[in-house]
Amino acid sequence: MTTEVLKVTRSGDEGVLPATNTRVLVTEFEYSRPASVEEACSELAEHGDDARLIAGGTDLIVQMKMERLSPARLISLASVSELRGITADDGLTIGATTSVRSVARSAPVLERYTALAEACESFSTVPVMVMATIGGNIRNASPASDSAPALLAFDAVVDLVSKSGERAVALSDLFTGPGKSVIRADELVRSVRLPRCGAETGSAFVKVARVMADISKVAAAVRVVRDGDRITEARIALGSVAPTPLLAMEAAGSLRDKQVDAALLDEAGRIAASESAPITDVRSTDEYRRRIVATIVRDALESAWLRAGGKEIS
Amino acid sequence: MSNVAPVSDGSQDLRVIRVVVNGETHTGMAESRTLLSDFLRHELGLTGTHVGCEQGVCGSCTVLVDGELCRSCLTFAAQVEGSRIETVEGIADGDELHPIQRAFQDNHGLQCGFCTPGMLITTRALIESNPDPSEAEIREHLSGNVCRCTGYAGIVAAVQQAAREIASADGGGA
Repeated sequence: MTTEVLKVTRSGDEGVLPATNTRVLVTEFEYSRPASVEEACSELAEHGDDARLIAGGTDLIVQMKMERLSPARLISLASVSELRGITADDGLTIGATTSVRSVARSAPVLERYTALAEACESFSTVPVMVMATIGGNIRNASPASDSAPALLAFDAVVDLVSKSGERAVALSDLFTGPGKSVIRADELVRSVRLPRCGAETGSAFVKVARVMADISKVAAAVRVVRDGDRITEARIALGSVAPTPLLAMEAAGSLRDKQVDAALLDEAGRIAASESAPITDVRSTDEYRRRIVATIVRDALESAWLRAGGKEIS
Repeated sequence: MSNVAPVSDGSQDLRVIRVVVNGETHTGMAESRTLLSDFLRHELGLTGTHVGCEQGVCGSCTVLVDGELCRSCLTFAAQVEGSRIETVEGIADGDELHPIQRAFQDNHGLQCGFCTPGMLITTRALIESNPDPSEAEIREHLSGNVCRCTGYAGIVAAVQQAAREIASADGGGA
């Protein structure tokens, strides 16, 4: 990272302002602002790997300032209004450039997709949540994403579009590594779709971080479907404990068609911890993360169970 | 190289940016890579918007773009072409302090003052969307604005006073 001290003059006749320490981006790039998905896809088809889409910019511009990314062209999605907004039908369709804050505050999300609302509410500080978009968060493919575990818990499907066509990819098949996904350079995330959630469904998101707005040390999102005193279907998704957001399949499977009690949830937490593969980094250690997975998965399951209308767990 | 302005170094990539800042139309030149914070400060001369961490964490550079909170250090000027921007310079009515500004003064809500522009703008957005915020809501909303003097108690008290005064003024003026 370089910090250049530039003396900046102001155009006009007001003279020279004092030197500033503002970090000016070293590399130049072209900037365009297509008006439609079709135009954006044409530009992506032409510029491919050299281009980056920009929506909220809260991650991309930091990466550019740190010179980790130097795209030759930025394609702004600011004018592509068809990508913004939430449609509640049988399930839920969230346009890619819908802000994380809008998702957190959306009535259908709060009502039926509680874990997603909680994940988006804890995503960052308010101004960053206002700027950051759900599509950008998916595309970044961060293993520490808050939205990804919640979306995984709801079996989200990502709609991708390019000049050569459209395809839908299950989010569980999307991530391939830190910052990596199966999304091609010529593709644009159009929306993320969540299947229907009935009244017997409950979900919860729990995150451990120094303060809620921070990037997580560990995060878990769970969803359960209740029938009487049993869980008939469950998803347990984890963040910050593997190279990608992770579905703990075995832990979720251990809950199926069993009578719910404290021991069952404890055991699911333990299995989820064994399925995690955390590392030690600046935010936490592998050991702490693995232990915390067991605890927060258990806690999230209890919340989700109660929200699904289940009886108190003694 | 280091004494050259990014807006006048002969780059071919200059564009005219037209924005409405605090109700007045401004035009200026910017490269694609010119950040909104730099555009406001260096091209339009509006140095009330401060630049701290330059990575969207500290909140000093916060402005409103079309009514929404925006980190101007994480936004290119080109992205706000045609937008309506509010900066700290637009808060006071001439020499008359805005109730938010007066409340910060009354409650010792500013110490060195560096973070204050972002605090004022963020407070304004909060009170507009939530006229009667609880202390928890105030702290949550301002959690993206860092005060290194750590004067948060005064800042929270200031926001509470400002909300009360604005509510009573709105109620009385109606």
